[in-house]
Amino acid sequence: MDMPAQLVTSFIASAAFGLIFNVPRTALPQCGAVGMLGWLVYMMATELGMDEIPATLIAAFLVSVVSQLFSKLYKMPMIVFSVSGIIPLVPGGIAYDAMRNVVENQYDAAVQLSAKAFMISGAIAIGLVFSEVIGQMIKKSERRRQ
Amino acid sequence: MTAIGHHDNIGRCDISQLCLLAGKIILQNGGETYRVEDTMVRIAAACGISQSQSFVTPTGIIFAIEGTAHTTRLMRISQRSTNLLKVTLVNDISRQMSRGEVTPEEAYSLLQRIDSGASGYSYPNWLKVVTAAIASGCFLIMFQGAWSDFWPVVASGGIGYLFFVTLHRVVPITFFAELLTAVLIGLLSVLSVHIGFGTDLDKIIISSVMPLVPGLHLTNAVRDLMAGHLVSGLSKGAEAFLTAFAIGAGIAAVLSFY
Repeated sequence: MDMPAQLVTSFIASAAFGLIFNVPRTALPQCGAVGMLGWLVYMMATELGMDEIPATLIAAFLVSVVSQLFSKLYKMPMIVFSVSGIIPLVPGGIAYDAMRNVVENQYDAAVQLSAKAFMISGAIAIGLVFSEVIGQMIKKSERRRQ
Repeated sequence: MTAIGHHDNIGRCDISQLCLLAGKIILQNGGETYRVEDTMVRIAAACGISQSQSFVTPTGIIFAIEGTAHTTRLMRISQRSTNLLKVTLVNDISRQMSRGEVTPEEAYSLLQRIDSGASGYSYPNWLKVVTAAIASGCFLIMFQGAWSDFWPVVASGGIGYLFFVTLHRVVPITFFAELLTAVLIGLLSVLSVHIGFGTDLDKIIISSVMPLVPGLHLTNAVRDLMAGHLVSGLSKGAEAFLTAFAIGAGIAAVLSFY
């Protein structure tokens, strides 16, 4: 697999999505970096033989952690970074295959694929929420210590 | 309670107006529900009102200030788009207000400027079309497509997004704009494979529709649900589902004839 090309294209694609979502100009490179990191982790996990669903979960979790760090660092809402970061993980290809099977009247394959697409979007969501919950717990315990 | 004395000249109606305007801008431009509520309560607290309640759904905000002179106001949200720059700016203003660096009057005029200035706070449309085209091409490579399909994808992704942006101005119903765009992208992809410009139809279509994918709505929906905002979580999920369905139906319509 052509790793450098994957890294460059995922960086550009995530930054481009940031621009489509109108993020502040100074945040564009960070959006690209978050997306690139998520995609790199996802690629490495699937290369090592991991299933797509746990790979997506780990990647989404990391995207969310880095987005939180960036939102602290650059004083911007976390959503600015996380939204473009998770875009490469969205199961567009699987959803497409599912639909293609529906059109070809192969409903059993279609149901299987859409269940997988649904599971992957669920994994993205849980990865995001999980790291946010941890972030809030850390924040609370810091406040209690003060 | 020095804040009340300091801002004695503004009435409670104006404060609720200020909070609602801030909430409206965040909600209209793709912010999460908890951020809308949080910002409104924070602004109210900065104006010296510690007791306020808000109920936020994607289509409207209800904001109430408690106390002896009870005020409740409703703000209807009819149009929604994605502009995270505006969300960031409003967030900054509310933070500055709670630190006492900005007075409510200044904040109100700043918010009005953000709310009205549509062009100054957004990238030009041609730039968005160009980046959507490039993003489509990049997705092709990420999905293990061949470099020979790069330009067909850039063409169909760019033309598709341009069509969507122009059509959305004429057709206010997003669902139909997305459906027609998906049909157009499907037709362009089939055409490019047919004349030998592109090779792998599946990868060309998947990469070209990526700029339309409802990633923001989907993540916002789940985060709202998890945060306990059940009404807005479900309705944002419905919005994301409608978009995905529109894309799917449009592509399916083309594929069933090809």
